[in-house]
This record gives sequence, C-alpha cells and structure tokens, in this order.
Amino acid sequence: MSSDAYPAIGDYAIIGDCRSAALISKDGGLDWLCMPRFDAPSLFAALLDRERGGHFTIRPTGGYRSERRYVGETNALETTFTSESGRIRLLDLMPVDSESNKRHELWPEHEVLRRVECMEGEVEVEVTCDPRPHYGREIPRLTRMGELGFRYEHRSEALYVRSEIPLSVREDSPGAQGVVGLQAGDRRYVSLIYTDSEPAVLPTFGDDADRKVERTLDWWREWASRCRYEGPYSDDVVRSALVLKLLAYAPSGAIVAAPTTSLPEVVGGSRNWDYRYCWLRDASMTLQALVDLGYDEEAEAFLDWMLHSTRLTWPELQILFDVHGETRLQERELDHLEGYRGSRPVRVGNAAEGQLQLDVYGEVVEAVFEFVRREGDLNRATGKILRGLGETVCRRWREPDEGIWEVRSGRRHHTHSKMMCWVALDRLLKLQESGHLAGLPVGRFRKERDAIRREVETHGYSESAGSYVSVFDGEDVDASLLLLARYGFEPPQSDRMLATCERLHQRLGHRGMMYRYLGDDGLGGKEGPFGICSYWAVDVLCRQGATDAAARSFEHLRSLSNDVGLYGEEFDAETGAPLGNFPQAFTHVGLIDAALSLAAGTGHGMGEPRRGDGHEVRDHG
Amino acid sequence: MNVPSILLWGFVATLVMTTIMSASRGLGMSRMSIPFMLGTMFTPDRRRAPVWGFLATLAMGWVFAFVYALVFESWDRVSWWLGGLLGLAHGFVVLLALMPLLSGLHPRMASEYQGPEPTRNLEPPGFLALNYGRRTPIFALIAHAVYGILLGAFYHLA
Repeated sequence: MSSDAYPAIGDYAIIGDCRSAALISKDGGLDWLCMPRFDAPSLFAALLDRERGGHFTIRPTGGYRSERRYVGETNALETTFTSESGRIRLLDLMPVDSESNKRHELWPEHEVLRRVECMEGEVEVEVTCDPRPHYGREIPRLTRMGELGFRYEHRSEALYVRSEIPLSVREDSPGAQGVVGLQAGDRRYVSLIYTDSEPAVLPTFGDDADRKVERTLDWWREWASRCRYEGPYSDDVVRSALVLKLLAYAPSGAIVAAPTTSLPEVVGGSRNWDYRYCWLRDASMTLQALVDLGYDEEAEAFLDWMLHSTRLTWPELQILFDVHGETRLQERELDHLEGYRGSRPVRVGNAAEGQLQLDVYGEVVEAVFEFVRREGDLNRATGKILRGLGETVCRRWREPDEGIWEVRSGRRHHTHSKMMCWVALDRLLKLQESGHLAGLPVGRFRKERDAIRREVETHGYSESAGSYVSVFDGEDVDASLLLLARYGFEPPQSDRMLATCERLHQRLGHRGMMYRYLGDDGLGGKEGPFGICSYWAVDVLCRQGATDAAARSFEHLRSLSNDVGLYGEEFDAETGAPLGNFPQAFTHVGLIDAALSLAAGTGHGMGEPRRGDGHEVRDHG
Repeated sequence: MNVPSILLWGFVATLVMTTIMSASRGLGMSRMSIPFMLGTMFTPDRRRAPVWGFLATLAMGWVFAFVYALVFESWDRVSWWLGGLLGLAHGFVVLLALMPLLSGLHPRMASEYQGPEPTRNLEPPGFLALNYGRRTPIFALIAHAVYGILLGAFYHLA
C-alpha cells in the first residue's frame, strides 16, 4: 500500500467517551477505534493498515475540500466538506452524559454517533462501515437484523450499525455501504454500538439523537467551564485539558499516555510503541496539570487508582500499568499489519514494564504533594503508602536505572532520576512538617535527601562541560535537566542552571523545538524533536524571567499543533508535523504547564505559586 | 408439599443457574443476562437494573421451584434425573416460546420488525435467544437442566 494512502498523523482528530477513543481523519474516515477500552483490540485500524485494518467513513462521493473544528469547548468534532454542488457538515461524537441523567433512560454501553447534514446545495454522500475486529485479524460478515440495523458478533461481543442512510452488504465486500443524495436541510444519523456480555441497547434517531447530541455538548461545555485558568492562550489550555480528560479512563481514574499504538516516531522506522497504558510518570504530570486547572475530581480519581494499582508492587513502583492496574503487559508484534506508512513492527503491550525508572517515585510523591497543597488532606492509608515509597527511595537511589527516556542501552546513573529521588524525600519531609504525614524517619530521610543533593551537585554537574549532565560523570546533556528548575532543585537563575539551559539550547535546540537527547539509546534510528521538552524550555524561560522570549517560543510551538489544536509526541524535524502516538498527553501537559508559567510571569497568575517556586504546603489543622 | 425444602433448594438452584449463565458471559459464550433483562422491565437505570433483576430472578426461581415440587408430588417420586428432564423441558419452553414473546412483554425491548423506539431499544433475544450468541441456547439448557437436577436431587417429598 502506497504511503500516500495514509493521511498525515496531524490529519486526525480525536473523539471519545473517557473509556475509549476514536481517531477521525479530515476525510471523514474513522480509522482507529478500540472497544470497550483504550487498550482493547481494535475494531477499526486503517490507521495502521489501510487494507486490513478496517474503517468507518462518511464523506461526499466526488471531489471536495474539508475543514474542521471542535464544537466550541467540547470533544465533538465537526467536519465541513465543500464540493462543487454543495456543502455538508459531519458531526462526530461519542455520547456522554452525567450518571444521574443516564438513570432515566437506557443508554448503549458504547456508541459512536455520526450526523451528516446538508447545509447548502445538493451533495451525494457515501457511507462505508467495514469493521475488522481484533486488529484486523477478522473479516466479519455483517448480518442484517431487520429494522435494528446490521450486526456482527464474536463470542460475547456484538457490534451494531444503525443508519438513517440505507446500507447494504455486497457480495464482493464484507462491510456495509450506502450512498444517498442529500439536499439542503436534510440530516441523517449513523450510529455504531458496541456491547459485551449484555444484550445491546439500540439507540433511536430523530429528536432523541438530537437531544443526545445536545446533552453531550452540554456535558463537555460544563466540564470545560470548570477550568479556572485565566491567562494567555486560554483556548489552547482548555483544548489540552479536554484532550487529557478524553485520555482519562473514567471507570478507574487511570490516565493513558495516548489512545494509539505504533504511530511511528520516524515514518518508516521501527520506533513504534504501544502507548495505551498508564505510565505513572505521565499520569502524575497530567494529574498535576489538572489540579493546577482546578479539576479536583479527576485528581482524586487518579489518586484512588494509583493507590489501588500500586498495591501489588508496593513499596516498589512499576512504571506502567493498564487502566485497571494490571502489571503484566507483555509486548508482542502484530506481523499481519503493515504499520502506518510501512512503519513496522506494530506492537501491542510494552516491554518498558520491566524497567527500573527511579524518577517515578519523585513524580508520584510530587503529584500527591501538589494535590495536598491545593486540596487538603491525606488519609492514613495514603500516608502509609507514601512512607513506603520514601523507604524504597532511601534503599535504592544509589542504583543505576533506565531513566525517564526508557533507554534500552542499559542502566546508568541518570542525573534526573537522582534529582527526582531528592524530590520524593524533600516533599515527604515537607508533608511531615506540615502535619499531613506522621511517623516518617525524619533523620534518615533528611540525611539521604542531603546525600542525593551532594551526589547530584558533584557527579551530575560537569565543570569541564560547564553544565549539568545526563548521567553521572558524563559530558552529554538531555532535556530532562530542564526539570531541575521546575522542581526547585536548582534556582532557575543560578549560574549553573543558566549555563545548562544555554548548552541544552545549543545541543538539542532545533528550529524552536527541542530534542530530548541525541546520544545512542540502544534503539537504532533517529527521532524528531520532543513535544514536552520543547514546552519545558518555555517553562524554564518563564522561570528565568525571560517572558518575552518564552512567549515567542510558545507562539511558535502552538503554530505546530494540527488544525484542531492537537499534538503528537514528537515533531518532524523539518516540517514540525506531529509524529508518534497521537494525541499525546505528555505534550499537552507541557503546553498547560508552560501556559501557567507564562501566566504567572506576565501577572495572570491564579493566586497559587508554581511548583518549584519555593512553595510550602499549608499547615494541617 | 415440603415448603422449607422448596425455599432452600429453590434458592440454591436459582443461584447456581444464574452463576452458570453469568459464567457463560464471562467466558465469552453468550450475552444473555437474565438479571439485566428482567431488571430493565422495572428501571432504565443500568446500575440498578441488574440488582432488581437479580431479585426478580430469585423470586421466579422460587415460583418455579413450587411448580417443580407440584410435579414431583403428583408423580409421587423425585430423583435427580427426573428433575434434569423437567429442567430441560423448562429450558426448551423458555427458549422456544418465551424468548420470542419477550419483545411483546418487555416494556423496553425492541423488535426486529419495528425497530427501536425511544422507550423500546433493548436488543431482542430472537428465536432460541440466538441474538445473544450462537451458544446461548446450549448454556440456557445446561443452566435449566442443572436447576432441575438440584431440585430433583435434594427436594424431599412431603
């Protein structure tokens, strides 16, 4: 399959219901959907194989140009197709509503609702629904179920396609297809329903569907209105928050890194990973961003999930889990899929599960610390867990690890990991001082914390290079060193930090973006500049008082989002186009953090100090 | 009739039957959930429907246990295999007669011939409840047979 057949990664937008998510292209193609949850096998995977993956497309039959947007501050996607004969508008969403409202009527377990309406002239519209469950391994035959629509079932799962556009299944093609001519004012719904282990609930159309659309829009608007950010780039911040909310798995509170697997870091390359899991680091940073924006419910839900999921490995932390806290995520390759534009292999599962990444302890403790700083209390169970994490840090911080970037070239003494161990102990001691924690071995924790600082200042800084360095006694740098200022380990305007930032920009800066590192990571091939690192650089500039330069950098980076404000994990080094799994929570977290720092630097702060600003937690009681 | 025996073994047999059907769903063999189907007769609330449905299932289990006991008493004999045969017959009646009628009886169930309506949008079971998976009739028959076997084996004639 020619790589031209694949839309660019940035041509996709996301819709979801906080349990699973779909990617829809500018051409109206729903090319990625896993049911019933983010990391379940796919129903549609044309994103990874145009022929075998399966897709669900609604678009005009002839030539057209398309534009799209999210409907205000919601996660409903609106694509407008303009052809020579007229204009149609396609609305895509996965219905959501409050639990209290849903008690009054039967809702489908999972639904994708698509509405096409003709705005002008006359347009012929085609619908193709060609599901290929289990990552395209199956080619199902859709069965007509009378007035109920078309059905496909496999074991205890069933998929229904209901449509106001007449569909049929041809002999030569397994999917359901239909073509209809629409005139100005015509409106048609198409719905996809998934159920597992229960009789399906089949939605109705007409006024009911209109109401469901309105309720979904209202729900998202209400959620977005709770964002308490008031500063520059608020539209970008709210869009990023909406993306993060989509990536939060509502039943458990876990937050996945991205809704996709194996979108390549380099097109045609092999750096293709499954990101449909919850990395404690990413989720902790996401949690902090949501707390900063005022989304306390999500923060509490994540804390609950974290306490639940880490129980199996406590007082050690595994670095990633599935949405229900399962720890065995064996990595395997799907050889039958050709991969996005030939980027093989396609992987599911993630081998990083077995790595040691000591920075995770700092991230988790910092997330709890920030939550307590804003919201108040810790219960005894959480206190016990935190003490255990502190004990583990004291016991293990001297060990080498794989570090934040999950390199597969062996364990080393990463400066960032050590610094985060310092953060863990430092924050625990602050919680004890403020009365939120009791029973910490203060003397020991303090002694270890100070020892970590000495080690980092001695071995993590190179006099000859004139900067902090990636690994102890090395010479190279990586972008995680920017976080030394963010977490208050090093004052942002210290000579050491200024020199480190300058060297980072020289070594890793590229056209206003920043690579995470340039050394060998044991993976082969190369990657693009990293989204969150580019935003960390903005954050540090703010902290150093260079708000004009920071604002210019922010402007440049926001210009690299796609047309609906979404980011991937990385940027193409030449064009700035998104690369890697999409959309990526980590990058959106970076945007929110940078915007918050900019707001604080330009006098739009929200009354709370930014982390790393020497903040203290409020006294308990 | 031995009422205490009916109450005890009717309860146990209903629990076992419900567990078998639940296991069939967990194992990916069927989507038939009798508690969900019964519960949605009383409420559209997805969270509460299975609870109400479970209580209704228990009540129906007792009612049928009385019917089974009546049959055993009228034959003046009881054994596990007689109970099993009765259970199989019961299962066939449910699958062949009751399930196709359900669209007309259940206030929230749709029909393949009329399509979903705003208040009737639950997937109908169809002939032999095959809409809920090809193996559904097998598990339904096994569950009913086990229900009958338990009553036949443990019910004491008055």
